[in-house]
Amino acid sequence: MSCFISKYADELAKNAAYIGTPGKGILAADESTGTIGKRLSSINVENIEENRRALRELLFTAPGALQYLSGVILFEETLYQKTASGKPFVDVLKEGGVLPGIKVDKGTVELNGTNGETFTQGLDGLAQRCQKYYEAGARFAKWRAVLKISANEPTELAVQENANGLAMYAAICQQCGLVPIVEPEILVDGSHDIQKCAAVTERVLAACYKALNDHHVMLEGTLLKPNMVTPGSDSPKVAPDVIAEYTVRALQRTVPAAVPAIVFLSGGQSEEEATLNLNAMNKLQTKKPWSLSFSFGRALQQSTLKTWAGKEENVKKAQDALLVRCKANSEATLGTYKGDAELCEGAAESLHVKDYKY
Amino acid sequence: MSAFVGKYAEELIKNAKYIATPGKGILAADESTGTIGKRLSSINVENIESNRQALRELLFTSPNALSCLSGVILFEETLYQKTSDGKPFVEILEENNVIPGIKVDKGTVEIAGTNGETTTQGFDSLGARCQQYYKAGARFAKWRAVLKIGPNEPSELAIQQNAQGLARYAIICQENGLVPIVEPEVLTDGPHDIKKCAAVTETVLAAVYKALNDHHVLLEGTLLKPNMVTPGSDSPKVAQEVIAQYTVTALRRTVPPAVPGIVFLSGGQSEEEATQNLDAMNKLEVLKPWTLSFSFGRALQQSTLKTWAGKKANVGKAQEAFLSRCKANSEATLGKYSGGSAGGLASESLFVKGYKY
Repeated sequence: MSCFISKYADELAKNAAYIGTPGKGILAADESTGTIGKRLSSINVENIEENRRALRELLFTAPGALQYLSGVILFEETLYQKTASGKPFVDVLKEGGVLPGIKVDKGTVELNGTNGETFTQGLDGLAQRCQKYYEAGARFAKWRAVLKISANEPTELAVQENANGLAMYAAICQQCGLVPIVEPEILVDGSHDIQKCAAVTERVLAACYKALNDHHVMLEGTLLKPNMVTPGSDSPKVAPDVIAEYTVRALQRTVPAAVPAIVFLSGGQSEEEATLNLNAMNKLQTKKPWSLSFSFGRALQQSTLKTWAGKEENVKKAQDALLVRCKANSEATLGTYKGDAELCEGAAESLHVKDYKY
Repeated sequence: MSAFVGKYAEELIKNAKYIATPGKGILAADESTGTIGKRLSSINVENIESNRQALRELLFTSPNALSCLSGVILFEETLYQKTSDGKPFVEILEENNVIPGIKVDKGTVEIAGTNGETTTQGFDSLGARCQQYYKAGARFAKWRAVLKIGPNEPSELAIQQNAQGLARYAIICQENGLVPIVEPEVLTDGPHDIKKCAAVTETVLAAVYKALNDHHVLLEGTLLKPNMVTPGSDSPKVAQEVIAQYTVTALRRTVPPAVPGIVFLSGGQSEEEATQNLDAMNKLEVLKPWTLSFSFGRALQQSTLKTWAGKKANVGKAQEAFLSRCKANSEATLGKYSGGSAGGLASESLFVKGYKY
């Protein structure tokens, strides 16, 4: 094997396969303190620890929601938080059959000499941090690399640096028992068409998988979190079937069958759009040796957030809203979503923020 | 798309898919004049054009054999040859739904400063040659890159050179209507174990697919011809299920699902070994998004050659031997081979150290 078989190999493969269980997906609830602050302020809620805790408790204790989730990505603070009655969130998730995950990157910094391209930090002391997180109950990790499409972007430098960063992060995670989610996000910002997005996505994914091979990463114990292939945000929209076709083809051309599951990011799509696109992909009759599921942040929480508005009396309604989106996305992973989810206020609202920074 | 979609794109996709039809595979009959000479001399037959023509006629007119084949790779001379009653070989193949293919590389040369590692030649006028071959009826091509396992081999230089060469050959073929078979052969020579072969095979295939992506090759219009993952020739043999497991794992880790078919080389395995290994792979209960088939030269022709021995009187029996191997391998692509079509000849190892085509 050109891959390094760590002592956690069997566990990694098992957990990665579990996360890819058809009918389930990931809730990305790993917003950093700064980012969750923006969400809270959009509903006029103060960004203090108690409110951050209350929001996550609302999500993780939503009745019936956990059955549609195989994993939840957490921010470090949340990994150690508890419910109001004192039960660790990690225990709540585990009892619900949901694997806790942890965001391990430390955000992006600009690459010198480029036109605003970035690489992702977080490698220093990563192994020690991963070991701690494993002890705290985490079983998978996430690291977001970011690329953009423009006249001369992404440059070869940006593609290589980000692919290499993802591969180093992935190798370290595996040595520490965490399944690495590999996330090479190509931002939707721009006026390019879907063909351009497809070409860039294929090029980026090819570079990622070459890097993963170079770094001896065991693909059976990883997950991929890519962007869907869509027109740029300033371009006319296309139908879900078109997005499905271009996306799945890009993946067929680059993602080896050893990867058990692909969990898409929603990247600014509205809740409903993201679900419809995922559904269209799962309906497509073509070779798909990996399961296709979701790892949604905004596209799972938007309606819930608005419904809650920070008020205790709205918790139940907010939890109902979350359940609606979880169920819809669960059906989408099976290609059975009929588009009939009760649309709460905001479900069809675009969540695109230009040049989005976490 | 990062892939080049030229005027032949649909045809390439259709032909590659056809070659990958379950139940069928490729006869590699593209031995160069020098190489076929060695085969002929092993049965005391003179290496002259009429004998080369007679051997290939024997193969291509074997009753019922062609139904097991989706393609035959030819050497340039053979592409223009005919049967003794004047029918072009290419027509016989086409009439029997067998796609003619053509070897387009010009052999290997050593890379200076390495320990006997090589790169493959054949780029000069490759585009023009492909056009000519297309006109003559060829619809796929083959180019063999060679790597070896040693204490310091394969080197990064050899891997890169060969991967780049395969990618450049592949895109030129696609520009000219030929489905490129991408063949990165990792030789079996050596005392290494199967794990080492697996590691090298995965590293090589990862480099090859990165290069194909860099060169904008349309994967849906290609085929892969890799070595099976086995212990080195100087190491103890292992069971076919083990070979199947390591081989399929290596492919699942490196070959994108867009590739329609993988057609293994036999690389010195006996006829029976090659068939059993292929069968074991197709029996493996694991997700395989490409078909697994054969592109055998020696492992399809060995018994046939010996039975023929250059004598007209033996043609019928030789053709039966050929049909027997074709059927066995056809069944192996479906995981339905029940063994036992091996005569003593079929079990004879065809390994030649440092094999040069």
